[in-house]
Amino acid sequence: MLRINEYRRVESLEEAYGLNQKKNNKIIAGGVWLKIGDRRLGTGIDLSGLSLDYITETDDVFMIGAMAVLRDIETHPGLLAYTDGAVKESIRHIVGVQFRNCATIGGSIYGRFGFSDVLTLFLAMDAEVELYEGGMVPLKEFVHMPYDNDILVALHVKKKPIHIVYKSQRNTATDFPVAACAVSEYDGKLHVSVGARPARAELLEIASDAMPGTEDGIRAFAEELAGQFVFGSNRRAGAEYRRHVTGVLLARALRELAGQKQHERRNGEMK
Amino acid sequence: MKIHLWLNEREITREIDADLPLLEFVRSEGCYSVKRGCETSNCGLCTVWMDGRPVLSCSVLTARAEGTHITTLEGVRERAEAFGAFLAKQGGEQCGFCNPGFIMNVLAMEDELTNPSDEDIREYLAGNLCRCSGYESQMRAIKEYLRSRKDELPLNGETE
Amino acid sequence: MKYVNAPVIKKDAMALVTGQPVYMDDLAPKNCLIVKVLRSPHAHALIREIRTDSAEKVEGIACILTYRDVPKRRFTMAGQTYPEPSPYDRYILEQRVRFVGDPVAIVAGETEKAVDLALKRIKVTYEVLDAVLDFHTAMDNPVLVHPEEDWQSLCPVGADNKRNLCASGSEGEGDVEAVLADCEIRMDEVYHVKAVQQSMMETFRTCTYLDTYGRINVLSSTQIPFHVRRIVANALDIPKSKVRVIKPRIGGGFGAKQTVVTEIYPAIVTLKTGKPAKMIYTREESMIASSPRHEMEVRVRLGANRDGCIRAIEVHTLSNTGAYGEHGPTTVGLSGHKSIPMYRTEAFRFQYEVVYTNRMSAGAYRGYGATQGIFAVESTVNKLAAKLGMDPVALRRMNIIHEGDIMPAYYGETASSCHLEQCLNRAAAMIGWEEKGLRTVMPDGKIRGRGVAMAMQGSAISNCDVGSVTVKLSDEGTYNIIVGCTDMGTGCDTIIAQFAADVLETSIDNIAVYGVDTDTSPYDSGSYASSTTYLTGMAAVRACEQLKERILALAADKMQREASELCFDGEKVFDEKDGAQMSLFDIATASMCNNEISLEVTYSHSSPVSPPPFMAACAEVEIDPETGAVELLDYTACVDCGTVVNTNLARVQTEGGLLQGIGMTLYEDIWYNEKGKNLSNSFLQYKIPSRLDAGKIRVEFDSSYESTGPFGAKSIGEVVINTPAPAITNAIYQAVGVWIDELPATPEKILRGMKVI
Repeated sequence: MLRINEYRRVESLEEAYGLNQKKNNKIIAGGVWLKIGDRRLGTGIDLSGLSLDYITETDDVFMIGAMAVLRDIETHPGLLAYTDGAVKESIRHIVGVQFRNCATIGGSIYGRFGFSDVLTLFLAMDAEVELYEGGMVPLKEFVHMPYDNDILVALHVKKKPIHIVYKSQRNTATDFPVAACAVSEYDGKLHVSVGARPARAELLEIASDAMPGTEDGIRAFAEELAGQFVFGSNRRAGAEYRRHVTGVLLARALRELAGQKQHERRNGEMK
Repeated sequence: MKIHLWLNEREITREIDADLPLLEFVRSEGCYSVKRGCETSNCGLCTVWMDGRPVLSCSVLTARAEGTHITTLEGVRERAEAFGAFLAKQGGEQCGFCNPGFIMNVLAMEDELTNPSDEDIREYLAGNLCRCSGYESQMRAIKEYLRSRKDELPLNGETE
Repeated sequence: MKYVNAPVIKKDAMALVTGQPVYMDDLAPKNCLIVKVLRSPHAHALIREIRTDSAEKVEGIACILTYRDVPKRRFTMAGQTYPEPSPYDRYILEQRVRFVGDPVAIVAGETEKAVDLALKRIKVTYEVLDAVLDFHTAMDNPVLVHPEEDWQSLCPVGADNKRNLCASGSEGEGDVEAVLADCEIRMDEVYHVKAVQQSMMETFRTCTYLDTYGRINVLSSTQIPFHVRRIVANALDIPKSKVRVIKPRIGGGFGAKQTVVTEIYPAIVTLKTGKPAKMIYTREESMIASSPRHEMEVRVRLGANRDGCIRAIEVHTLSNTGAYGEHGPTTVGLSGHKSIPMYRTEAFRFQYEVVYTNRMSAGAYRGYGATQGIFAVESTVNKLAAKLGMDPVALRRMNIIHEGDIMPAYYGETASSCHLEQCLNRAAAMIGWEEKGLRTVMPDGKIRGRGVAMAMQGSAISNCDVGSVTVKLSDEGTYNIIVGCTDMGTGCDTIIAQFAADVLETSIDNIAVYGVDTDTSPYDSGSYASSTTYLTGMAAVRACEQLKERILALAADKMQREASELCFDGEKVFDEKDGAQMSLFDIATASMCNNEISLEVTYSHSSPVSPPPFMAACAEVEIDPETGAVELLDYTACVDCGTVVNTNLARVQTEGGLLQGIGMTLYEDIWYNEKGKNLSNSFLQYKIPSRLDAGKIRVEFDSSYESTGPFGAKSIGEVVINTPAPAITNAIYQAVGVWIDELPATPEKILRGMKVI
């Protein structure tokens, strides 16, 4: 059970940061994971008074405040359009609507959980985390950083001409994934993010022209990609199975990506 | 610490522990419809509305509810009876223990989605577990209820 | 209006859908002490030292109990008729702990926080012992789970605690070995079903308090109030007369609450402190220290001719009862008794051993051993069909029993009501068996397969279970019915009222049903063994018939005529000859003034037979051959439960039971670490199906008429969980050629079977 001595609804990030330097103080994001298991906190730090639940879209960036909940992200018209639905595909499996009305993007990204669909998705985009002390850090760097006492303020997603596909497999519809991947193309590169290894998601970036043109080529390419990630076992699935299914999902994602591009080309010609 | 909120439109101020989950708080205020089925945010039994949105009251600390409007099944009795009649007509209420959280989410879905497909319904309610019914009777009840609302039939669960 | 065979709405429905406070924790006194237990971290150990002094100093702690503080009198927690077949093998707390999670100390305090703190402060020194974790190695293992001298088995069930044996036995008819030797085809297959969880939404919970007379009142979420009364008295070593048990609405049971799980802990706290106390199990406790299905390994040997005629079946079951023997000796019986009899054979044999291990104790879960046995036998029949290249439905048609057949493997009972073949044909027709064939490759590369299975169960325990109903005429011609059977959401209170309304020819709204309170309810064994509709239902019919006689007698007395000249039509007693009449209203009024004819009847009923309900089901799955992912597209089932008493509730029972069966087939897994700790301990790790996993479930009924049941009814509660495992694994085989003999059938196992990985 989660035990907290004191609850502080902070009035500034500065106050939150100050409190967060103490070892047994902790930021309470959505609360859905934090409460599991036995844990004793000195002060629970609540950011919900700081209006960090925004999702702001400008011409070149999405800014998602740390306290924006997953449900708002999966239903955000701008993000849905930008990702061609991949944002919904990555989030819709997570437990249920009530859960996703609680769970925040800040908690999901900061936690860098191995099972995180959300982290896997955003890793394949040009995303940065805004840290109170550390400033802007690319998500692909943040994912490797050790846990510290900084505060994640927001996630920024730079808008690019992007194609992105999300795929996952689970033993039951709302369980953690046993294989999860996001594949995108922007800036002339393929961005392949693989989660549920079951360790935290990793990103691989390759020049776009590496993408094969034939079905056989795609299959072999996907398997080769999957082979570059390290997989482990837990009771949901073994490493071998995860690697195999990741290869299958990557192939499907690559095919869909190629399809998206073709579709767009055709639309362009028709215009 | 002190907390001030609206529970089923009743404004209250209480002294609470910092780690008191909203679930235990609303029960201590007499809202016994709200049930706990797990400790891992998985079952949906404890669903209440926070400013109109369905949330897991096991996961929301009461302190977080400062200044919000919390609604439990007790606060939407007429709507619960209206939908509940359809559920009862299918025998889908069964043991009843998951009913309050389930009905809170059905009503939230009714407010949020327009003309949901079967798949939309399943997906919206996926976080509400039930072990008695196999879900089929719940689905029949939801569809008949939504149809009746559309046709503006009287809310007594009677259909042709 | 007739109520039997109608979609009657449950009497408690509106209270449930509006969230009224009708469950144990809604009704418990507000000043209850909170009771929790400290649990063993070891699978097998002796407590060398236990220090509670520091814990006792925590403010608000009322009582801490260890093994030194409890009666040294062994008992069983199994909810069964005395003398229980389950061995008397536990104390409330003991110096020896036998599984990870076994209680070491009981702590009661004013707040949960105080109790949690006290639990942390109890210092225990253990002598860790070797543990028996693999049930294959349990029998005659040098490590004994129950070496104690005061271990006791009350019934001749083939138990021997010095061999880790909770029960064993063998039975049969004909010479199985000779028939097998003579068969052209011999199958020898082994199946494994794990200790899956009932997972009712309301966890185990009880509160206890002393009443005006100093008796312990037990308000508990239970299926067995009368057995709880005896077990609590046994555990506390107090007279039975000192215990009263009340069952409120309960949030599901599925057999889990046929075992005493929480009751004894608050009860001993109330006994020691005189204060009200309650214990609410967490979901984790419900997963690690409760009463799940018995893990079983079932070996099936089956002999047949090349034409498909099945000639002999042998079932050999190894059952894991865990650390204690609750329901161990009885569940195992059903693995043979409810699987073999579906087929006509020349010979059969059924052998079993039930072993103790250092794992959580098992209990009763819907199906009660039949589920495990039917998975094994039905799968073997499906494998036989595959081996012979026969259609598994056609193979069954050749071999199954029909109405009037004697079932040697089912206590020699006659199948007096049996529409098994009709059910088989209907389930197959519903899924399009003939048109679709066994396997279809879809344009997108996915592969569909179709499978089939049948099942039977019983209706109450013959010559044992007692169902009782009290019915009385009350003010103005209304009725009260008091029952001892336990509605756990299934709707039996309503079903009893349906029977009564039809017999008494009155409106169901004219009948109030109350239960259960052991002080006022007539004795009922409880709701288990698929007994309530069949047995207590018959008690209701008989009680109401007798009440009608009393009504006539009283009216005859007041009308100064012979009762034999009078008729009762539900509203009045009348004389057809001259039209003289007396209304029920007036009869009720007359019964309350200057009257010696009691308008109250209690009828108790037992049955010499346990007529099986039958069913058949077909599954259609779609498998992604690249990932092994299984989608259950369609599940069709046809049930013969005799007369369908409540058409809604029977359907929902079936749909719900099927989904539980689907859950254990595809998703629900139990897993322990090497130290014997159960890690599938939450809904995060133990995945019961959500509505996105459920697939389409379609149910129909084909009713035989069971003359020993009320209005021709048999049972339905349990039979419905038995078909999914064999039907779905059959469909998986048809699709991709892989047999899954150990549940659950996960995508990874399927892919491994396909040799893709």
